[in-house]
Amino acid sequence: MSDFDTGPGGTDEKIPFMQQLLDSPLLLLVIGIVSPMVLYIVWGVMETIAIPLAQ
Amino acid sequence: MAEFRTCPDTGFKIDLNADKLIKWNAVTAVVFLLIGGLFGLLVALTRWPAVHLLDADLFYLALTAHGLDVLLVWCIFFEIALLYFTSAILLNARMVFPKIAWIGYWMMLIGALITNVAVLRGDSSVMFTSYPPMMAAQDFYLGIILFAVGALLGCLVFFATLHVARKEKTYEGSIPLVTFGAMTAAIIAVFTILSGAIILVPTWFWSLGLLSHIDTIMYRVIWWGMGHSSQQVNVAAQIACWYAIAAILFGAKPLSEKVSRTAFLLYILFLQLASAHHLLVDPGLSSEYKIFNTSYALYLAVLGSMIHGLTVPGAIEAAQRKKGLNKGLFEWLTKAPWGNPVFAGMALSVVLFGFLGGISGVMMGTEQLNLITHNTIYVPGHFHGTVVVGTTLTFMAISYWIVPTLWQKELVFPGLAKWQPYLFGIGMGLAATFMMGAGTLGVPRRHWDMTFADSAMGFDFPAAANLMMGLNGVAAVMGSIGAAIFILNMVGTILWGKAKVPAAAAPAEEAPAEPNVTGAATSYGSAGTMEVPGTFVLAMIFLVSFVLYYFVNWKYLSSVWGLS
Amino acid sequence: MGIFPPPQRVWWNQPIEKSEVMWITIAFIWALVMFFMMPYWHLVGEQNLSNEAYKIKPEVYAEKVETWAAKYTVREEGDTGIPVVRPPAGSDVYMLGRLWEWWPVLELEKGQSYRFHLSSLDWMHGWSLLPENINIQVHPNYEMIFTVKPTSSGEFGVICNEFCGIGHHTMVGKIHVVDK
Ligand code: HEM
Ligand SMILES: [Cu+2]
Ligand SMILES: [Cu+2]
Repeated sequence: MSDFDTGPGGTDEKIPFMQQLLDSPLLLLVIGIVSPMVLYIVWGVMETIAIPLAQ
Repeated sequence: MAEFRTCPDTGFKIDLNADKLIKWNAVTAVVFLLIGGLFGLLVALTRWPAVHLLDADLFYLALTAHGLDVLLVWCIFFEIALLYFTSAILLNARMVFPKIAWIGYWMMLIGALITNVAVLRGDSSVMFTSYPPMMAAQDFYLGIILFAVGALLGCLVFFATLHVARKEKTYEGSIPLVTFGAMTAAIIAVFTILSGAIILVPTWFWSLGLLSHIDTIMYRVIWWGMGHSSQQVNVAAQIACWYAIAAILFGAKPLSEKVSRTAFLLYILFLQLASAHHLLVDPGLSSEYKIFNTSYALYLAVLGSMIHGLTVPGAIEAAQRKKGLNKGLFEWLTKAPWGNPVFAGMALSVVLFGFLGGISGVMMGTEQLNLITHNTIYVPGHFHGTVVVGTTLTFMAISYWIVPTLWQKELVFPGLAKWQPYLFGIGMGLAATFMMGAGTLGVPRRHWDMTFADSAMGFDFPAAANLMMGLNGVAAVMGSIGAAIFILNMVGTILWGKAKVPAAAAPAEEAPAEPNVTGAATSYGSAGTMEVPGTFVLAMIFLVSFVLYYFVNWKYLSSVWGLS
Repeated sequence: MGIFPPPQRVWWNQPIEKSEVMWITIAFIWALVMFFMMPYWHLVGEQNLSNEAYKIKPEVYAEKVETWAAKYTVREEGDTGIPVVRPPAGSDVYMLGRLWEWWPVLELEKGQSYRFHLSSLDWMHGWSLLPENINIQVHPNYEMIFTVKPTSSGEFGVICNEFCGIGHHTMVGKIHVVDK
């Protein structure tokens, strides 16, 4: 693809951080697993365990 | 070494392994849609009070089979096909680990068959959610576990293919937006399957007598980590298909790569939290947990969906305007190819998914509002608005393009195909609406007899509730005919379709040339001028309906008994 | 073209078109409104489900309910043999779910608040109060307690809307609400 636009700085232009993040499938995979694991599953299981016994 | 052929319609280089795997996964998906759809029709006819087709035991059996075969098996087989398509083919890359992909395929198929046999045997009518302490036969769980591991292998092949394609520089720059959407689906799928493993493996041990107790709240927390997230896989996959169809039919460019990808990132970060939708009226979980999770943090994943809801039609509007369909607000829309099932199916699914599935889902997923909908038939009404007229209809639409393209055959019944999306979309859309209406009156889901004829005390629903369940039956028949026509067309095309004349005037033809185009309407950065006024107006209509419906339900809630 | 890689190497810095910016702003505001509705309703709304719950053995719960019911039974519900229990206004009331009934029948006073105890002795059940349409998930081994204030009088049905086996559709209970 010769029409590929490399941008004003050619191939030297720095790729912004967010674009680098979005271009990293494995990093996104890790985030996409860890975040709900902690916020949803671990938190939920901890609350379940913490339910007190009836007197 | 991978072998390739070149697609005569699109110019893509197609790895023959990927070609075959996509075909087998897609065909298997359609077969299970047929089986599951038949069960769905039987269920709907039983819930039609005047018909009341099946006996109670068969009804609960059919309902279990329906949920499993359509929700799990149909959707996930089709999604695996999409993963291979969006990785190997869209990236012009070789498929990595085709053997593992085949092992995955067979594990999924065998797992699906094992679970189906367990259900059909009659000793595992526990619904696809299989809440303990009600126990199914052990092979019921085993089949689902096998199926899930097979799907995990599919995701693995997808990520490996992405990785190798990038290493081998089969493309320049970033992956296409559609592949990015599929990757979002794959990421959510991995989380889905891990949650499933965490809960279903112990449950399987329990059914084998190796464990004595499964905690029911913990089960529901973790099971819905799987059950709800798998719906988010459907959403992400379906939106990837929307972008694909916009590109294929219209040569539409995303309005902004940055915005659309960020919207997918919001899915990756927050969508899975909404599994808490299912736990809002369960004991013992705090309101902090419920509110934070059910709202996807701050409704950030809903924000993502609303963004896609604008950018998908927006991309089409921009492309159409560039072609000169510039009159007024809506010429781009009225002159769209409504007779082409690829477009009609997609357009209907964008609208129906948003209005029926999306709005109702957010309403129900509100902590307090869930009190007036939980486990009523409003819930199936809602998800037939998402997973049927959204996901399933989208998958049907893209099949009208994928099947003729990959098999290089003409559709056998193009005349029927023209009507099919309307029949299915409107039929199932009405069914969803009637179920939601009946749910508002308190009609329960998963229930064989809303007249309570055999109970000591009984309860009388208002006549409107019976009427709506009857209308639901009528609409379900219409939708089922639509589904049957789709299946007939696909199977017929694959088996008896005429070979395509090469270089037919397929709309996809313009696709390869597209990246060169830099017209005013689709270039970025013309900030200051409104490029997609028509879409913006439609989006505002959506928002107003959303706001009104949301607050109507708060009003309704405020009229019921006090609870604290 | 969504099916091809973006034509620019650096696409992140491309400006965003105006209607997108406007829509994102509006949608984000709406997201915030919906989020804050939930805590807001906790502060001012009358319908918030308490999350108070305890782990309890089904036998223990059954005994608690039976002892309590024996104390306040006022009559039988028709010829069903099921007791109708009328506790003092504003006190604790109990209900249990089991295959396939909600037990016992309650008689409450309109406008009074009761501490309502709910649990299952066997499988999961769905407590669905009709025609109010208030729905709560009931687990075995967990006793949940919330405050209920009937604001209308008459006869109310309690059906089961969580699948609980072949008799699921016969599981119906009752609550009478009487004016003072
Ligand atoms: C052929 C058209 C279909 C018809 C007529 C149909 C009809 C129904 C009906 C009437 C119910 C029962 C509600 C109840 O009693 O609780 C139901 C449940 C359900 N349907 Fe469908 N449906 C169809 C297609 C689909 C598709 C394509 C999917 C998914 C992709 C789907 C997913 C489900 C699920 C998950 C349930 C819930 C099962 C459960 O409660 O365990 N349906 N369907
Ligand atoms: Cu029950
Ligand atoms: Cu039940």
